[in-house]
Amino acid sequence: MKTQKLTFAAVAASLLLALPAFGEEIHVYNWSDYIDEALLGQFTEKTGIKVIYDVFDSNEVLETKLLAGSTGYDVVVPSGSFLSRQITAGVFQKLDKSKLSNIGNVWSDIAKQTAIYDPGNAYSINYMWGTTGIGYNVDKVKEVLGPDAPVNSLSLIFDPKNMEKLAKCGVYFLDAPTEMIPAALRYLGEDPDSKDKAVLAKAEPILQAVRPYVQKFNSSEYINALANGDICVAFGWSGDVLQARDRAAEADNGVTIEYSIPKEGSLLWFDQLAIPADAPNPEGALKFINFMLEAKVAAAASNYVYYANGNKASQAFLNEDVIGDTAIYPDANTVNKLYITTPYDAKTQKFVTRMWTRIKTGY
Amino acid sequence: MPNIRRLILIAVPYTWLLLLFLVPFLIVFKMSLSDQALAIPPYTPTFQFSAGWDGLKAMFSAFDLENFTWLSEDNLYWKAYLSSLQIALFSTILSLLIGFPIAYGMANASAAWRPTLMMLVILPFWTSFLIRVYAWIGILGTNGYLNQVLLWTGVIDEPLVILNTNIAVYIGIVYTYLPFMVLPIYATLEKLDMDLLEAAEDLGCSRFEAFWLITFPLARAGVIAGCFLVFIPVVGEFVIPSLLGGSRTLMIGKVLWDEFFSNRDWPVASAVAVVLLLILIVPIILFQRQQQRAQEAKQ
Repeated sequence: MKTQKLTFAAVAASLLLALPAFGEEIHVYNWSDYIDEALLGQFTEKTGIKVIYDVFDSNEVLETKLLAGSTGYDVVVPSGSFLSRQITAGVFQKLDKSKLSNIGNVWSDIAKQTAIYDPGNAYSINYMWGTTGIGYNVDKVKEVLGPDAPVNSLSLIFDPKNMEKLAKCGVYFLDAPTEMIPAALRYLGEDPDSKDKAVLAKAEPILQAVRPYVQKFNSSEYINALANGDICVAFGWSGDVLQARDRAAEADNGVTIEYSIPKEGSLLWFDQLAIPADAPNPEGALKFINFMLEAKVAAAASNYVYYANGNKASQAFLNEDVIGDTAIYPDANTVNKLYITTPYDAKTQKFVTRMWTRIKTGY
Repeated sequence: MPNIRRLILIAVPYTWLLLLFLVPFLIVFKMSLSDQALAIPPYTPTFQFSAGWDGLKAMFSAFDLENFTWLSEDNLYWKAYLSSLQIALFSTILSLLIGFPIAYGMANASAAWRPTLMMLVILPFWTSFLIRVYAWIGILGTNGYLNQVLLWTGVIDEPLVILNTNIAVYIGIVYTYLPFMVLPIYATLEKLDMDLLEAAEDLGCSRFEAFWLITFPLARAGVIAGCFLVFIPVVGEFVIPSLLGGSRTLMIGKVLWDEFFSNRDWPVASAVAVVLLLILIVPIILFQRQQQRAQEAKQ
């Protein structure tokens, strides 16, 4: 370990020496389709720090990289339950809040929720939060299932009778067991956050029964697939579906996409900005997080990606089609139906992922 | 003195092998004997230099074959290995069926044309492999170019579902690996002595017989080299099945990726990799032998 520290010091020193020539930079690793890139330019203009921006589409991939260490990233964006595991593994450094002058903008309701994963919000600041629900092509679903298609219910995707018909126009599921298994449990009326293997196992037959009708398990391609009309239903993240809606409208290709939070309830998740313990430029990372905390910046980010943020002050600057949309900022009635999940321990994790492989591949 | 020179000559390839094959293999093998943990790195035990000899002993005592037992007890892995071998075998045969006539045509073209034809085979390499595979998504999709053309010409009424099936995987693999089949076959055919064919025809062979009795056996070295160059990398292929294949496409490269990234279980992923290597060693050794024999035949 000592030798590692030495090489790290050497690399850091050479980087520092090289800095004046190349300018300061930070490396940000965020979800795909999750930022208005103009904001990165604004940040550079304001601070002189260049942003090297890179994307992922699964919490698992992010965690693998973080646990391998020396990622070179200064800011990463894991979701709550993953963040909490990673804090235990010692992946992150505590945020120096004295350097976050905009921390007063944080929305206390959301901070209270994220404290479940990150006690005292010591390691992270909320970037966006949202729900997992049903994205659908309005006309195609009507064509296949008739005008009474249960687009606001999980039965649309978990009832084989519906899925058999929908398979013709194409269905994508998220490739994330931590999203799909809780949803299946909720559909059954079980506790979606259960860690009991006997309860978890009940999700398998539900998912197995509809698996033959799922064209692909993927967590990023459904935005384009929905927008192009290649598929008619995707179980995915709220803002992604709404981005698909906009892309289709822009392309003017006759595709109309809608998002619904299922009446059975939906997973409420939080994506958190955090700084890895071995970040090369933690000072720059703090400046970036502070920038994202500015009310106008947070509002611009939400206006662009159609996800709600944890920034109370930003709400004055949000477009009406964002703050006024209950699919993005759910009303009190819907909020009551939302549930959250907490991380699995290693043994349960293995059980869940093995089950997921069995569901995905049929083996 | 000559002894030392000989020693160095022998030592160079062995050092190469040691550094680029044996050391990485041993690192992976060591990992396959450890257990998953929530830490950096995500497995235990790890060796601490500061702990010295005792640390080494403690590490070795913690090793076990649990991950290999896990592999053998779960039929997912065997099915994935078999399915990969099967996909690799069919892709190799398809590449051979398509690649041989191409190489044959190239070798028989006039000398003026050959460099151009050669260029055409190599040209796709100038574009990133990933972009070329992505392009197939645009071609094969339900609303892709292929379906648009077929619907427009009236060949089909309903769009074909090709993307996210094994057919798309085969198309992608054969497309990507075809040059690896064409080039070695072309290299052997190009050197073929045309007088032999003339002699065969003079002796009463039909053109087909001449091809089968003269050309094909003489091209065998190229065919075998081409087959191995396609077969071995396809077994472990990950990019093509994950981009073009569907949820039912089972290949060991994907399983390995899942173990590593989705399950974050490095020890099991390493065990999968070790077994994959053991499976591949057989064709690799066969290939080496064949190459050696070809070399000896030349001398």
